[in-house]
Amino acid sequence: MEQPHEILFRTLADPTRRAIFERLCRDGDQTVGALTAQAGVSQPAVSKHLGVLKQAGLVRDRPDGRQTHYSAQLGALAPLTDWTHRMAAFWEHRFDDLEDLMKRMDQ
Amino acid sequence: MTFSDAETRTVVVEREMPFPPEKLWRALTQPHLIEEWLMKNDFAPVVGHRFNLRGGWGGVLDCEVLTVEPNRTLAYTWNFTHDDAAYDLRSVVTFTLTPTSTGTHLRIEQSGFRPNQPQAFGGAMVGWRKFFAELEQVLMRID
Repeated sequence: MEQPHEILFRTLADPTRRAIFERLCRDGDQTVGALTAQAGVSQPAVSKHLGVLKQAGLVRDRPDGRQTHYSAQLGALAPLTDWTHRMAAFWEHRFDDLEDLMKRMDQ
Repeated sequence: MTFSDAETRTVVVEREMPFPPEKLWRALTQPHLIEEWLMKNDFAPVVGHRFNLRGGWGGVLDCEVLTVEPNRTLAYTWNFTHDDAAYDLRSVVTFTLTPTSTGTHLRIEQSGFRPNQPQAFGGAMVGWRKFFAELEQVLMRID
């Protein structure tokens, strides 16, 4: 199963999507239109990126009349910023490799 | 650089291994075997020995052996020196091997000490790009 930090990383690995998220972090709430003006891609593409960010819990949308405002959810980054979580995941993976090695080693 | 107790972080990962402690000890202490599951290294099981762990991501960890109790306990420092205090890491890793009826209970504890770092991403977003550069390195190693 994909770990929370893996979902976040996959979501933010796309440069355009990351730029949108960074912009929301930096400048606060934005509409799709305002984001599109800066993103260098079409509005449907921006909407799609926002959908992926929303699914990962990284943005929240707030309808306001005919407009929808998007805001960054910085709390969703906790699995990435939490050192203990990252190191635990690191050691779990290293132990997987260690176990594989043990199976290959002579007695 | 200042450190405080409040910033101490401890990670514990445990696993039952269906292998005797003696065999696990070899994988933890022989450089060519350490390389296979952890990183390239010039480790030697001698207290006071200084060595490096070199990650495929280009990072180099500075380590010093602290404890060697064959087949039971191995501890070394796990330090990452970085110009930016936010990424500087001082920590100690301790492997503990306990024999069981089916093999070995392997436990690793890592206690880290980090200086003040900009945790508040809601703030000026200082270091955001650097953060991602570091994160990518960490995740490359996890794959």
